Amino acid sequence: MAYSYQLKRVDFIFRNENDWEKVLSATIKKKPDEIINELISSELKGRGGAGFPTGLKWKLTAESKTKEKYVICNADEGEPGTFKDREILSKVPYKVLTAMAVCGYVTGAKEGFIYLRGEYKFLEEELNKAIDEFQYYCQEINLDFKIKIFMGSGAYICGEETALMESMEGRRGEPRNKPPFPTQAGYRGKPTVINNVETLVHTWTIFKYGAKKFYDLGVQYSRGTKLFSVSGDTPKPGIYELELGMSLQDFVYEFGDGDTKAVQVGGASGFLVPRKKFKDTAIGYEGKLVGISLPTGGSMMLFNSSRSMFNVLDNYLEFFREESCGQCTPCRVGCQQLLLGIKAVKRGEKPASYLDKLLKLTETMQLTAKCGLGQSVANSFSSIVENFREEMIY
Amino acid sequence: MDPIQSLIKDLADQYGRKRESLLPVMQRVVQKEKYLSEYSMIEIAREMDIPAAEVFGTATFYSFLETKPAGKYIIRVCKTITCAMKGKNQLLFAIQDMLKIKIGETTPDKKFTLLETNCLGWCHKAPAMLINDDVYTEVTPERIREILTGYMKENN
Repeated sequence: MAYSYQLKRVDFIFRNENDWEKVLSATIKKKPDEIINELISSELKGRGGAGFPTGLKWKLTAESKTKEKYVICNADEGEPGTFKDREILSKVPYKVLTAMAVCGYVTGAKEGFIYLRGEYKFLEEELNKAIDEFQYYCQEINLDFKIKIFMGSGAYICGEETALMESMEGRRGEPRNKPPFPTQAGYRGKPTVINNVETLVHTWTIFKYGAKKFYDLGVQYSRGTKLFSVSGDTPKPGIYELELGMSLQDFVYEFGDGDTKAVQVGGASGFLVPRKKFKDTAIGYEGKLVGISLPTGGSMMLFNSSRSMFNVLDNYLEFFREESCGQCTPCRVGCQQLLLGIKAVKRGEKPASYLDKLLKLTETMQLTAKCGLGQSVANSFSSIVENFREEMIY
Repeated sequence: MDPIQSLIKDLADQYGRKRESLLPVMQRVVQKEKYLSEYSMIEIAREMDIPAAEVFGTATFYSFLETKPAGKYIIRVCKTITCAMKGKNQLLFAIQDMLKIKIGETTPDKKFTLLETNCLGWCHKAPAMLINDDVYTEVTPERIREILTGYMKENN
């Protein structure tokens, strides 16, 4: 059978370029407005998973009259199945630092932080060397912007932007209520731009090659490229830069082992897509006209038919139960009860219909949990239970 | 001043006595002492003028800030999905068999502590583990024996 094969490999992010000094000095010769408009017209959206338009985020922070502002690079990459940010920081740190400095120039922030997860402490030394060299050049061109690393200490929830700020302020990493959003009141209550590592590197691409080059990649509503962290049952696990908008069928055709039963898109907080829905699923932000569009921070985990979906869900729930910050009841108690619940059904202590009760519980969590962690447990739970119900019971 | 007191004082001098410095200070104490004892936490509270309950509350939130005595080398084996699929259990059996400790325990010579942890971000090279800050990936039971033997020989 002929197969129209449409995965588009691209190489921007890890392209080895030694001209960061030139890119930085050329970019900050432009007016802040110009840079913001460039970002907005590129339609770059946040690559951490939530997909907020990056140009708008910078603009909102730039508009604030407050003097003290901050730029934060979120390198608390904790979502199961994601490992691209580590690779970016070890291979092309200058692109990240340049983007942070430009963001400082655009918004008026004088200080930037890289919040690096504790698990990546081995990167700290090399990264500090890169920062030193970078700061030396900033001084040379009279750019007043300081970058420091802030180390995390092993808490998934600190990847949530407001929890991350609480953590930087020396507190438990408990998410805040939104609004106010960080662009108004972020770190130390001051306007803050917080971007994912990968998002920052894409802004570098836009500064260097122009918004059009970026916009021409991908599909409507999902412009540009994305790094995908591919793991699980695949002959070629690793990190791949691909254009957004591909169909999951094409993805599996390229990365599957010929026996792919399901793909988890977006990590434990994302969705599990069973084989029969591969061809109706596209990878990108919402707004595509046909089929389902699934956004992802880049985590793509493949499962073949030897895997028990009960074990997969059990593993996710244990993860969430441990990583829930415990602040709000729906998430703290919900995660515990979901885990107890599926085990009870599996052991036959509860009837199969109990799964429907648990599905209702995830709906409640989605509506009432304070942050993305509690709200998104429903994603993997319902997509696994609804598509592999028999595996939950027998 | 005892050694812990002076360590904490030095750290507070270095990082400042602001609340923002609490995590870096605690991280450095853990790096040196392997864990935050009740005494260390009270000293940090006193030195930085933060309520001791707040210091305790913050410390216990973070999984890398140990509050129980730990060995010189903390082994953290990733237990999240891909590592679980790719042989995490065999790895754990091999370590337990070699060190004669269970998960959560420390060897009698205080050299190794064995823990499980959540996703380390090495899913494409599973199973992965940390020994202190050093990463080991695609660890087979054979390789773990070699690795641990290396640590055992080191400066007893």
